[in-house]
Amino acid sequence: MENLEAQFGLNQPLWVQYIIYLKNTVTGNFGISYQTRTPVGDMVFPALMNTLILLLPATAISIAVGIGIGMIAAWRRGTKEEVAMSGTTLVLYCMPTFWLGLLLLVMGVLYLGLPVGGMFTISFGPENAFARFSDLLQHMALPLATLVLGLVGQYVLVMKGSLLDVLTEDYMVTARAKGIRRRKLMWDHGFRNAVLPMVTLMALNIGLSFGGAIQTETIFSWPGIGLLTYRAILSRDYPALQGAFLVIAVAVILANLIADLLYPFLDPRVVA
Amino acid sequence: MNANEILQVDGLKSYYRSPEGHLKAVDGVSFAIEKKQVMGLVGESGCGKTTVALSMMKLLPTSAEIMGGRVLFHGEDLLKKTEDEMANIRWRKISIIFQGALNSLNPVLSVREQIAEAMLAHKTVRADSVDEAIDRLFNAVRLDPNRKNNYPHELSGGMKQRVMIAMALACNPEIVIADEPTTALDVIVQRRVLELIRSLCKELELAVVLITHDLSVVAELCDKVAIMYAGKIVESGEIYNVFESPKHPYTQGLLRSLPKMKEKKTEISYIPGSVPDLTGTLPACRFYSRCPYAQKICAEKEPPFEVVSPGHQTACHFWKEVEQS
Amino acid sequence: MAESKNSRIFTHLESLRKFWKAYKRSRTGLIGAGILAAFIAMALLAPYLAPYSPSRIFLTEELQPPSWKHLFGTNESGQDLFSQVIYGSQASLIVGFAASLIASSIGTVLGITAGYFSRIVRNLILRVTDFFIVIPSLVLMIVLASVLGPTLSSVILAIGLVGWTGTARVVMAQTLSVKELPFIEASKSAGAGNSYVLRNHILPNVMPVVFAQTVLVIANAILYEAVLTFLGLGNPSQITWGQILEFAFNSGAITTAWWYVLPPGLSIMLVVLGFSLTGYSLDEIFNPRVRKI
Repeated sequence: MENLEAQFGLNQPLWVQYIIYLKNTVTGNFGISYQTRTPVGDMVFPALMNTLILLLPATAISIAVGIGIGMIAAWRRGTKEEVAMSGTTLVLYCMPTFWLGLLLLVMGVLYLGLPVGGMFTISFGPENAFARFSDLLQHMALPLATLVLGLVGQYVLVMKGSLLDVLTEDYMVTARAKGIRRRKLMWDHGFRNAVLPMVTLMALNIGLSFGGAIQTETIFSWPGIGLLTYRAILSRDYPALQGAFLVIAVAVILANLIADLLYPFLDPRVVA
Repeated sequence: MNANEILQVDGLKSYYRSPEGHLKAVDGVSFAIEKKQVMGLVGESGCGKTTVALSMMKLLPTSAEIMGGRVLFHGEDLLKKTEDEMANIRWRKISIIFQGALNSLNPVLSVREQIAEAMLAHKTVRADSVDEAIDRLFNAVRLDPNRKNNYPHELSGGMKQRVMIAMALACNPEIVIADEPTTALDVIVQRRVLELIRSLCKELELAVVLITHDLSVVAELCDKVAIMYAGKIVESGEIYNVFESPKHPYTQGLLRSLPKMKEKKTEISYIPGSVPDLTGTLPACRFYSRCPYAQKICAEKEPPFEVVSPGHQTACHFWKEVEQS
Repeated sequence: MAESKNSRIFTHLESLRKFWKAYKRSRTGLIGAGILAAFIAMALLAPYLAPYSPSRIFLTEELQPPSWKHLFGTNESGQDLFSQVIYGSQASLIVGFAASLIASSIGTVLGITAGYFSRIVRNLILRVTDFFIVIPSLVLMIVLASVLGPTLSSVILAIGLVGWTGTARVVMAQTLSVKELPFIEASKSAGAGNSYVLRNHILPNVMPVVFAQTVLVIANAILYEAVLTFLGLGNPSQITWGQILEFAFNSGAITTAWWYVLPPGLSIMLVVLGFSLTGYSLDEIFNPRVRKI
């Protein structure tokens, strides 16, 4: 027992342990996982990459779809199609992400023959790149769909609200008075102003997407950082947990920074 | 009908939808605009002046509806035109300067882009001469042409208003509607902008509809004036005739409430009461509740809009009494 | 200065009537309230509505699809899912209410404090709020719930201690605008101390907004409860809809037993929908600058 303690440095006073930890972190040494006895750094970074393989396309797709549907919903407000769209979006927003994943899992496996979980089918060798890629896509399909459906609701609602606000602004009347046609009106005047809150929302949503990622990865056994965090918590694997936590925090902060840098390019009123 | 008239508004009715029923913002308004003439449209806030302007260009919001009347531009009824046809006429033939340029300019586009947009949409200027044309416009409104690449938030209120004026003139329209162009500005800037409008009108031979609540501005700039009250025109005519000898109690009240420099009065006279609720049932003459000449017939029978002298019309049963006092 | 008790009750009844009249106008609000009423009734009347005890085991009837005997089928232990879903409403709703009570209280206190007091205090609270917003809420809640032990109380605490940021922001905005109203200054110049102003002027003007916001917080709390119990952080012997789904997932039988997955999830969705619709309608009434969805 003392050996183990000495090995993990647990026989030092707590604050010394923490300083050592911070020092190690900066040099890339995240400690050793209690559970797998492998360096946490080796576990955490590949896991983050796997999560990003899902999160980045999911975010891009849900923003694009959100903007599209939100704009249509604002433009055709009050019509039957809009009510149906907004209603569906609201209902989606009220579903827990993991349940959405469960439903998609059941339907996907039963009706589409998609794989039940994991990231790859183990039997494929490295030679056949195309087959490996299509295998990856097949495994990605359901978790990606789950994440997109979970994220898209909020983007639709915010885009719709933002565009509705913009449509009541004075400069929209001015533009219409200038004889600008509908399409240019919507894009140059409507969209370019309405999209600004979306950027802020994207930044805020990064936290939410990690929450969605944890649920999705659990359901589909996707080896990402969400699954790693969850398993670390359950097995009280504190080094792994700290490593995962740190990496998630840095990722979220970085993403927020990028959004902050992007914003001044879209809104000339804000000084970079 | 005068051969010089290029636009006639005939019995225009525009109502707003509200939970309490229809708000009759404009209820039977008729007037005509002549070439190279500056016409003032005067009235208190909420009397329907802006609604008239928006209706003329079919720019009403979805909460409002044009319920009747015609707007004849060179003989064609604009109210019957499709949105596409209107897009061709707007700005190219009739342009508008909005009040409070605070939010009338798109915050994410530079001023140059917004003016160029109008020019290119109506193909009044070739793409490679746009900057030159904008420079000329800026000089005409006494703005530094170097500022054309600025964004609206980088300009002061007075500058933004000048941009609006430059933009309104960009396609050489026949008629310019100026809706309270100086209300949001301080007094000194007001004076400059008004002088600018006056000189531009003469130079470019424009017809102008100047919408305002400020009678002194009208006195300075306008050739003709129409006074609006609660959605209807109560008096109209040549400026000197109306100001020297008003025939409607409301006009008389307005003129009397202007403090004059040479008088010794220390009390300001005013018109008692307030504008009626336009959603409810109204007396036949809408000025009834505030009128010092009112009698029973005013509540029951709508006063006809009749000619009292050439070019001078009013809607009052007792205009002769008003004339005498 | 004390009003007669009767006249005070009368004014309360009057404002209640006016409120109901305004609320009635929104059809979605009524639908939301209707859904909520149905589920609350379900929770209260569970013993009468459920045909069997949720823990009763039907030995030879494991994983059976829906039938007249078992309306929602049975789970892998042979328990009737219909009864489980009905009883599950109790814990699910209670956790939702309790967690949002904690979150709302924290949010209101922090919001008022940030809005009313000095800039230093406000900035401090804003930094703390920023931290809780940036770090993914679910991650924080998972950490808290696992540290506090596998009970529903830890789930309640985890949600309550993390989910207050929305309320705090809204309350702070409201406090800032109420603070600027002239009657506050008048009251202070008449000699009112801070606690008097807070209790009698700020708080009553902030409560309507808090009320509307809390309903939306409950919706979120129920969602988070489902996730946390699904991930195994709750108490397996206490039925909530999320707990049922946890058993479903871990039984390995979900790809065949669709009846196991559908009803609990639908219940969660409907309840959250009910609270959301009601919350949006309340927001329209109490929060003047909010535009209709």
